[in-house]
Amino acid sequence: MPEAGLVVSAAAFYLFSTLVLVSGVMVVTARNPVHSVLFLVLAFFNAAGLFLLLGAEFLAMILVVVYVGAVAVLFLFVVMMLNINFVTMREGFLQYLPMGGLVGLILLVELVFVTGGWTFAPEVTMAGSPSTIVAPLGVMTNTRALGDVLYTQYFYLFQAAGLVLLVAMIGAITLTHRSRPDVRRQKISEQVSRPRKDSIEIRKVPTGRGV
Amino acid sequence: MTELPDFLPALPEIVLALSGLLLLLYGAVRSDAPFRFIGYTTVLVLLAVQVMEMTIEPGGRFTFSGLFISDRYAVFMKSLVLLGSALAVLLSLDYHDQEKQERIEYPILILFATLGMMMMISASSLLSLYVGLELQSLCLYVLASIQRDTLRSTEAGLKYFILGALSSGLLLYGVSLIYGFTGSTEFSQLAKILSTANLQVPMGVIIGLVFVMAGLAFKVSAVPFHMWTPDVYEGAPTPITAFFAVAPKIAAIALLLRVLVGPLGGLVEEWQQVVVVVSLASMVLGNFAALNQTNIKRLMAYSSIGHTGYVLVGLAAGTAAGVHGVLIYITVYLFMVVGTFAVILCMRQHDRMVENIEDLAGLSKTHPMIALAMAIFMFSMAGIPPLAGFFGKLYVFLAAIESDLYALAIVGILTSVVGAFYYLRIVKIMYFDESHEPLDKWIGHDIAAILVGTGTFTLFFFIYPEPILLAATAAVASLFSG
Repeated sequence: MPEAGLVVSAAAFYLFSTLVLVSGVMVVTARNPVHSVLFLVLAFFNAAGLFLLLGAEFLAMILVVVYVGAVAVLFLFVVMMLNINFVTMREGFLQYLPMGGLVGLILLVELVFVTGGWTFAPEVTMAGSPSTIVAPLGVMTNTRALGDVLYTQYFYLFQAAGLVLLVAMIGAITLTHRSRPDVRRQKISEQVSRPRKDSIEIRKVPTGRGV
Repeated sequence: MTELPDFLPALPEIVLALSGLLLLLYGAVRSDAPFRFIGYTTVLVLLAVQVMEMTIEPGGRFTFSGLFISDRYAVFMKSLVLLGSALAVLLSLDYHDQEKQERIEYPILILFATLGMMMMISASSLLSLYVGLELQSLCLYVLASIQRDTLRSTEAGLKYFILGALSSGLLLYGVSLIYGFTGSTEFSQLAKILSTANLQVPMGVIIGLVFVMAGLAFKVSAVPFHMWTPDVYEGAPTPITAFFAVAPKIAAIALLLRVLVGPLGGLVEEWQQVVVVVSLASMVLGNFAALNQTNIKRLMAYSSIGHTGYVLVGLAAGTAAGVHGVLIYITVYLFMVVGTFAVILCMRQHDRMVENIEDLAGLSKTHPMIALAMAIFMFSMAGIPPLAGFFGKLYVFLAAIESDLYALAIVGILTSVVGAFYYLRIVKIMYFDESHEPLDKWIGHDIAAILVGTGTFTLFFFIYPEPILLAATAAVASLFSG
């Protein structure tokens, strides 16, 4: 008789993974693209649940924050803003199904072969294995464990990833920014430093005659 | 407390990154920043970094917790990449004047791309390999589509981006498999694990190896991952095509060599078959498809696929001699290709770029010096002695024969003959065909200087090749020892 906790976590696992799979299928098959994106959000949430079951709470939270909070919302914006006709995009579906299905099947069979032959090289467990890098769970939260290596051991990669993001930003600006000389910009420094004599004029107005 | 990493081995990279940031800042603050100034500064920075690279004594040193290695091999390859990038920036300055396309982001992106390539070359872990590769690729996608108002340039950028992202995905998948089955991403650790005698190599590692090779084959545009090359080369602005043909290609070849010889050196029987097939296919397809091209940039694309095939012949040998041949080959290739693109940049009629091979007709009468330079490059690419291109091919094929890869060497020589046809056709068009409309008289100073430099190197390489041969030998020794 298994412990109650194990039963609960097994039940949660099956619940989450079923929902991930179902919503994954719905993302592809839903007729309304907005529904597709919403199913994608559901899939992300359930995947986050799976991460939680594994004890990877940091990854779970990142998944929710980054994918649900940013990526899926961006998708939603794009779907709503661009008027894409998804019906015509779907037209070739049946035509490509046999070929695509075949490729998918072959990949699946290969993956089964690979995971079926899963053996670690014997030397692996001795040196350089993940267990020697990261402290065991329970001693330290995994957010802290990640932080410990990210800014020390993997400092180089952290900086390099920053450069990659910088380049992405430069690229986006280069490809989309158009400088328009006729736009009137507000120059606060000029406004503030304008002397009084440029902006107002004091006149003596004789009574009854106007300016 | 962890102590600070040793910054000295990575000093050239750090200087390059900081100069890139400063130039970017300058360009952003001074919105009227002169393009030429930024361009020349970029060239100077690249050359200064090159000098720095050569003066810092590389003792095969690791830094950043073993993620970064600086050895003689890295110095050799980085010198080629830096030189290629500097020449590409120089080539582009006049072009941008003429086309009124003065985007200050252009030299800066080349600078960051070069940084990415240097990180690739110095990678000693699968993680740093990937990050360097992405830094490089991201810059290249933007550069390909930098003429965002022309359809061809944006199309080239988009194609390159989609296929490049796919290939990065393949590479990452392979990396994850290798990590999953060996438990390490560090090259030295992988080499230790995979070269253990009587080790039953797990299936997953082999599949990971194939995926990694597929990803890298895309970056060096080897058949069957070459489809993007002709379109991107044709669509991208010409100076950028010149850059694509040189620096990223050399960096990707450097990476391929390091990965296959270093961490995966124990699996030489497995990867050798793949390299042989890819090399054969590249040589055959590259040379035959180039035969009936009319656009000179497409021709150069297929020619570069063919050259990749020859380079892989040396790698297929898997020996020190083979890698030595590869290094010589790509050194010579750098000069030939930059020179050829300098000529292509001179092809203008009525202030517009023309790209058809037929437009070269009668060049020997209107521009005898350019025609002479082009003839030298074409003869050299065809591998006619005593020009530099001949020695590249010689070393590569010799290494293949020493490793009993006779089929590869024979196919290589036969396809070289096919290649000679279309290279010599250009010479024939320049010297014997009547011109319909002569090219413009104008040539920029930078382009003229590059033509003279690369032409002289290609022509007189055979007189004094020792420095390069010695440097290549030292580089190979450090690659095989580490």
